Amino acid sequence: MSDSPSAVVANRRTPLYADHQALKGTLVGFGGWDMPLHYGSQVEEHHQVRRDCGVFDVSHMRVLDLTGAGVKDFLRHLLANDVAKLTHPGQALYGCMLNPAGGVIDDLITYYVNDTHYRLVVNAGTAEGDLAWINAQAAGHAVEIQNRTDLGLLAVQGPKAAAHIAAQLSATQPWSALKPFHSLRFSQAGTEWFVGRTGYTGEDGFEVMADAPAIVALWRRLIDAKVHPIGLGARDTLRLEAGMNLFGQDMTPSTTPLESGLGWTVAWSETRDFIGKSALSLQRQQGVGRRLTGLLLTGAGVLRAHQKLFSQGQEIGEITSGTFSPTLQRSIALARVATTATTPWEVDIRAKRLPVVEVKPPFVRHGVAKIALG
Amino acid sequence: MSDVKDGLHYTQSHEWVRQESDGSVTVGISDHAQHALGDLVFVEVPEIGRVLKAGEACAVVESVKAASDVYSPLPGTVIAANTELSAAAEAVNQDPYGKGWLWRMRLDGNSGLGQLLDAPGYRKLLAELGE
Repeated sequence: MSDSPSAVVANRRTPLYADHQALKGTLVGFGGWDMPLHYGSQVEEHHQVRRDCGVFDVSHMRVLDLTGAGVKDFLRHLLANDVAKLTHPGQALYGCMLNPAGGVIDDLITYYVNDTHYRLVVNAGTAEGDLAWINAQAAGHAVEIQNRTDLGLLAVQGPKAAAHIAAQLSATQPWSALKPFHSLRFSQAGTEWFVGRTGYTGEDGFEVMADAPAIVALWRRLIDAKVHPIGLGARDTLRLEAGMNLFGQDMTPSTTPLESGLGWTVAWSETRDFIGKSALSLQRQQGVGRRLTGLLLTGAGVLRAHQKLFSQGQEIGEITSGTFSPTLQRSIALARVATTATTPWEVDIRAKRLPVVEVKPPFVRHGVAKIALG
Repeated sequence: MSDVKDGLHYTQSHEWVRQESDGSVTVGISDHAQHALGDLVFVEVPEIGRVLKAGEACAVVESVKAASDVYSPLPGTVIAANTELSAAAEAVNQDPYGKGWLWRMRLDGNSGLGQLLDAPGYRKLLAELGE
């Protein structure tokens, strides 16, 4: 036993911490950061994004700028999706970074700036590990990695997001011309802005990156324009309704994209090798034993992560993310199940077996139910 | 600052207990508890006739983010349950001491209520919790 007091590492705070306090946000620890869970009602915030517009502080997420003559080849080796698909400057690509066993280290968005510059946006809780992994893999490649902790990030999401962004930011082209999964870079009032038409809600929306003072000023202008601040609680129910995976729950370093509903993000080609490819190829040859799918609870109750699933009394898998869907007014989940499992399925909730039906995510898109509620 | 109703009894785990004129008691969760849980979306109440021990988990309140047990404050038998909450869990948020009641029970013996906190005692507990 050491006599020295154990080090208490305080959670980090985004540049908007004081603003969250002023808006009476309930702040909780998340991925090493103090972040707003909600500002009063998580469910109301969820509806605001589906019906109108909301702004999220996502400055805990990490921006990494990769530059250099070798950056494209390096990313084609590092990521399971293929950045060679990105042909227009500003285009973005979602995908996974895998370990050699094919497990997911993180999921991320890659923005193509130009042939010698790509921007990655990675999860908060995994950022330091990602950075160490990327640096280790980059040895011998003509690549420089910049850790952009100087930047803040806002997500502006909802059917009215485009109108609010247009009111605040003047890009060199009309916002209506910016397609989903594309981005724009421009200068305004001495600030370099980077805006992607991306998000994690299933609604139209934008993710805005700029230096911290500019992000704080934009947040305040949006709040003044009656855009609702949205916490991490609603962020989770919105993304789950949209059928989007959460790293650490729906996929982890011990599950592959093929077991996580992310097979569509793996770019197969005979000529390209990437980290984890041989393990994925082997899994594909041998047959993938588990898959991620969507569930709807037929009756009352709430599906939660780690609840077990059964078919004719046999355990067939478990829920990875579950919640009550504010839009559908029913409980929904993502679950990992044996590919051989036959229906019907039941979930164990507090020692009771309740019927669930399989549904294909997304559950909700653009405010509209995409599944039959039975 | 959450609402603590005078005349009710309270537990350390944030249930409230109200003595009714027929000698039975009604049980719910406090305003502090509903606020801490956030928007409730599902409530499971005990079945009528169920015999409860003191401290036994017998109801569940679920918010969007988590499920929490509700414990029987005293030993007794369930004589009524608020089944309207199955379609209106938000009543617990909106009116925790009224429409958000959970169940009614007949206590074993008469001495139990004195073991619980009174309103000033519960306010003191909340103050110690930093509210």
